[in-house]
Amino acid sequence: MALLRIRNLSVEFATATGQFRAVDGVDQDVNESEILAIVGESGSGKSVSMLAVMGLLPWTATVTADEMTFDGQDLLKIDPAARRKIIGKDMAMIFQEPMSSLNPCFTVGWQIREALRKHLKMGRQERQTRAIELFEQVGIPDPEKRLSAFPHQMSGGMNQRVMIAMAIACKPKLLIADEPTTALDVTIQAQILDLLAKLRDENGMGLVLITHDMGVVAETAERVSVQYAGQKIEEQPVMPLFRTPHHPYTSALLDALPERATEKRLPTIPGVVPGQFDRPAGCLFSPRCKFATDKCRTDPPPPLGPDLGYARCFYPLNVDERVAS
Amino acid sequence: MTKPVMTATALERHYDVSGGWLRASRTLKAVAGLDFALYPGKTLAVVGESGCGKSTLARMVTMIEEPTAGQLTLDGEELVPDNWASHREAVQIVFQDPYGSLNPRQRIGAILEEPLKINRKSMSKEERQKKARDMLALVGLRPEHYDRYPHMFSGGQRQRIAIARALMLDPKVLVLDEPVSALDLSIQSSVLNLLVDLQERLQLAYLFISHDLSVVRHVADEVIVMYLGRAVEKGSRDAVFSAPYHPYAKALLSATPKADPGGAKERIKLQGELPSPLSIPDGCPFAPRCWKVQDKCRAERPVLPDLPHAAACFFPENGGEPA
Repeated sequence: MALLRIRNLSVEFATATGQFRAVDGVDQDVNESEILAIVGESGSGKSVSMLAVMGLLPWTATVTADEMTFDGQDLLKIDPAARRKIIGKDMAMIFQEPMSSLNPCFTVGWQIREALRKHLKMGRQERQTRAIELFEQVGIPDPEKRLSAFPHQMSGGMNQRVMIAMAIACKPKLLIADEPTTALDVTIQAQILDLLAKLRDENGMGLVLITHDMGVVAETAERVSVQYAGQKIEEQPVMPLFRTPHHPYTSALLDALPERATEKRLPTIPGVVPGQFDRPAGCLFSPRCKFATDKCRTDPPPPLGPDLGYARCFYPLNVDERVAS
Repeated sequence: MTKPVMTATALERHYDVSGGWLRASRTLKAVAGLDFALYPGKTLAVVGESGCGKSTLARMVTMIEEPTAGQLTLDGEELVPDNWASHREAVQIVFQDPYGSLNPRQRIGAILEEPLKINRKSMSKEERQKKARDMLALVGLRPEHYDRYPHMFSGGQRQRIAIARALMLDPKVLVLDEPVSALDLSIQSSVLNLLVDLQERLQLAYLFISHDLSVVRHVADEVIVMYLGRAVEKGSRDAVFSAPYHPYAKALLSATPKADPGGAKERIKLQGELPSPLSIPDGCPFAPRCWKVQDKCRAERPVLPDLPHAAACFFPENGGEPA
């Protein structure tokens, strides 16, 4: 039984110019002690779908789904009080910008102890001990002293560690990391990714890594879900995704990586991600796809079977190779 | 080899930071002792992490800030604040964030023509418009975009507009300060292709500032790796990427995630973080984080040798010449 199970999740935002569908029929499972990466470009709905799971969307959003359960609890019908008991305890999230996600008015120690007080009802001394323990776990040197520091007194990498310490304070079953390293330097990024993988090994939690960096995906994730314009267009374990992508978008995205380039000119994907007003009738990728036919332009393709990576495509790539191998 | 269009010798930029009440002000050395040369049609990439002085370098090269010491020449002529005005049009810059660098109240035409209005006062309105429309075509935008506002464009198109604006005065040097790091992967490749095309066609010299090593590896001819305001390694792209001499350059390369699952992972984990640029260690600036540090590194500061591929290190990797 999956830890998090989502079926046919859609999120619509009420905007001044009408409804905008940011997430469109996404199915997603996350298992215990698994690292799932959700990749996509900006506007692909990768963050929004996870914010819907956390219940952190603004009132303009309408969330609909056939099923959205976490650890046996139905997240669609849950009342706010019960949700607050889960959020931050069994299900926690790390945000992209540590600097703007921490409260500048309180010390980081206060902020980390708050979670322990609210969710675990720990006593004062116990909280202090646990906070020091958490800081040591995430690799913050001199934890006693750092607990009384304010966010502005620490670097971005240190603040991201504080965010992680806060998120894992109550030993969550599921940790959602939304672009946890985008704002950080590469040497610090390597430290943070190693830390997240280590915590997964120690605590057996499910980890959802939202990112746009294919390198991070390749080095960290076990299973990868690719999103495009709100739809999940492909999902595969990490190895076959990079070797034999089935959806043309995944394939084109991988070809556009500078490190895979063989010539001075990089292969490009023409056009841009469809917006609110130019959403195609058929396959969402059809205007930019070099394999598109008339059928692609008129009929939306349903997801294929698991052996073809659930690709939403009428003409999946790398099919013969799989049969042959 | 052709003559360099721009050279820098022992370039330095210091800032005074007030220490607060009853405390002496201190000096922050943002860039210290940097040498480089830019050649027409060639790209020099400067890589390093935040706080290494990359952006300060861009501000000096574009004559926004005066170097504290050292010399900057353009076409053999030394650049001093007195002659900045006459040289500024030869050096233009493209910024990282295309959402912040275009005036939302100006139409694209006005944005492109503004440099001409100020610097080419004799040019007629028709000539200006023609040049702006030609430039739009050159960067791959359509003529009807001339009358539109920046908010009507995607990030990649905006970056094209920013590049077009930088090219309006026919510069010789283009400073690209993280030009693609705000763009999505599928857009990034087309902007990089555009930059390659423009360089070939106009023989521009690029100073490419980036922290993304996979992009640098693709575009650069020469690479300088900076750490805390100093160049720790310089060399041709192939030399630096295939056999980095400096331990920091090696660690930086190994820390960059590669889009190849199952590929050999030999990641060097650096301990700790960048020291504050206000308290750079006395010896080698990288000594506190280096895994092969010795007493000599903490006592003396290694100097970058004057070789085609060199590292400022006493105990370089991959058979490099020790400093």
